[in-house]
Amino acid sequence: MNNTASEEQLIFLENDFEFVSQENRTHIDETYMSQSYWKDVSKRFFRNRGAVIGLICIILIVFMAIVGLDLNEYTFDEQTITHQNLPPRIPGVENLGIFDGSETMNTSTGVVNRNKYIAEDGSVTGLEDVYYWFGTDVLGRDIFTRTWMGTRISLYISLVAVLVDMVFGLSYGLISGYFGGKVDNAMQRFAEVLNGIPNLVVVTLLIIVLKPGLMTITFSLMITGWIGMSRIARAQMLKLKQQEFVLASRTLGARDFFIIFREILPNIFGQIITNTMFSIPTAIFTEAFLAFIGLGVPVPMASLGLLISDAFKSFTTHPYMIIPPVVVLAILMLSFNMLADGIRDAFDPKMKEM
Amino acid sequence: MKKYLLKRVLISIATLLVILVILFLMLEFMPGSPFNDEKLTTAQIELLNAKYGLDKPVIIRFFNYVKNMLSGDFGVSYTISKNTPISTLLLSRLPISVTIGGQAVLLGTVVGLILGIIAALKHNTIWDTLTTIISVIGVSLPSYVFALALSYSLGYKLEWFPLLYSSKAPFDSSILPTISLSMFTIASIARFTRTEMIEVMGSDYIQLAESKGISGIHLIVRHQLRNALIPIITVLAPLIVSLMTGSLVIEKIFSIPGIGSLLVTAIQSNDYNVIIAIAFIYSAMYIGIMLVVDILYGIIDPRIRLAKEESHE
Repeated sequence: MNNTASEEQLIFLENDFEFVSQENRTHIDETYMSQSYWKDVSKRFFRNRGAVIGLICIILIVFMAIVGLDLNEYTFDEQTITHQNLPPRIPGVENLGIFDGSETMNTSTGVVNRNKYIAEDGSVTGLEDVYYWFGTDVLGRDIFTRTWMGTRISLYISLVAVLVDMVFGLSYGLISGYFGGKVDNAMQRFAEVLNGIPNLVVVTLLIIVLKPGLMTITFSLMITGWIGMSRIARAQMLKLKQQEFVLASRTLGARDFFIIFREILPNIFGQIITNTMFSIPTAIFTEAFLAFIGLGVPVPMASLGLLISDAFKSFTTHPYMIIPPVVVLAILMLSFNMLADGIRDAFDPKMKEM
Repeated sequence: MKKYLLKRVLISIATLLVILVILFLMLEFMPGSPFNDEKLTTAQIELLNAKYGLDKPVIIRFFNYVKNMLSGDFGVSYTISKNTPISTLLLSRLPISVTIGGQAVLLGTVVGLILGIIAALKHNTIWDTLTTIISVIGVSLPSYVFALALSYSLGYKLEWFPLLYSSKAPFDSSILPTISLSMFTIASIARFTRTEMIEVMGSDYIQLAESKGISGIHLIVRHQLRNALIPIITVLAPLIVSLMTGSLVIEKIFSIPGIGSLLVTAIQSNDYNVIIAIAFIYSAMYIGIMLVVDILYGIIDPRIRLAKEESHE
């Protein structure tokens, strides 16, 4: 075998003695290229399909919450008695046989398909040119506008949750972990006692003192919402404060405040964002839950929980009323959860398998 | 261990005391007095105050209050059912709530474990994806969305199950509430079991067991599941919370005469004594269960105890 190779004659060509050009030989390793931290994170995030879908849904819902109220001529608290219990009717789509304002009703005489907008016998109902995209509720209010009004409340609640996490939870945990010793001990005992009180009880007692409403929900989030975040911040602080870069900073004369917020905080940003994202669905859920049992925002305001609670009373006769708020709430909760999952995986790929 | 136990018990007692102080203060500062009949003279009011011990200093009244609360004497209801002792109101309702809650925990744990094990064993297959989707949906959707969907489809359209709870057929009519209440439990247990199982399956001791020739159901149950189960105790705390809040809406939707619906009614009709009694019971239950969970955990897994003690130092 080897013989044949050695017996072959080597013929030198002219270009054998030229310098090899580096042009086409070198290439940049793109597969294992070193990348900046944020670029890496965002790349991992955008590769996660569920998270991106969640993000898009959230952007769409936020957009609708901003402009949705002005898309038709109705306001969220305007009651028109003659327009009670109207099923959804959308111009254009109605010709396809869906959303044409008809509804199937189970009455004592059997199943009836009727259309309140256009009378079958040709008589004038006065509603021929009236369109309610999602229908109206028992008081003749436009469900479309009310749904987006309710979405605003839910988004406000998520904003509060983020602020509470960032302001209270973060500082509490960082300070408790950084100073340690007696300060830490006292702060942790306080947090433990507070954590031992069920959230439900806090809200209930607050409602006795204050009136049900947005302020009460905001307060209850402020009282209990930050404990989870403070634990994470504290644990991270305990891990990081022994490291050399903190010592170096202190040697250079940095004050405590500077070390906590400028040296350590940027290093634990991933965990902070992840945890904040996870607290949003919980907060939205709290509001929707309170509204459902009648402790949410007062009427005529609308929140998703309140809309569901109202529509629940007549949901066997007019199921179309309950669908929009339930769907928006479900999409919102799912999206925030998927987004939070995606952000967690993006910041900490090790967690992905978990 | 002793130090850890003592610490946990002390914290629990402190929490309970804090709650009692808050509840007592709320009663103290609530506007109005029990004797605001205009016909009463000052002397009569003083007599009444003396009779009910309201003339005593705050500290003594507080201790009396604590004694009453701990012995289950919560006073009488004002509006819901006038002058009925709250303990009788609660006693008739507690078993119903506990039964449905217990059923939900049982169903949720069993189904959750099965789903989690399937997902872990068939890791990265369609089964895994399916379970993940179920658990994401279960965690994200409020239990009343499930309750509404179930009662509309299975209850109203198909008429398989009754729409409302009835004491004549307590089991049949508790099926839908149980399922809707257990969705969150199913989802979180499935998620957690999956994670833990995958971690355990990759560990050295499982490889050792496999190389010794242990396989099949024996390997899964005795070697994998058993070790994966330990951390699942940590999910218990959020589950209790979800059961408590869940019971409020579920009991409202299916009109179940339980504690949750009593609390909702009490809040809506400003029946302070009932609200405070239920708030106290919920807190006591929560604190008690948390204490048991923490102690159990300390016994089962010494690493946690050590870590907790260290981080407290």
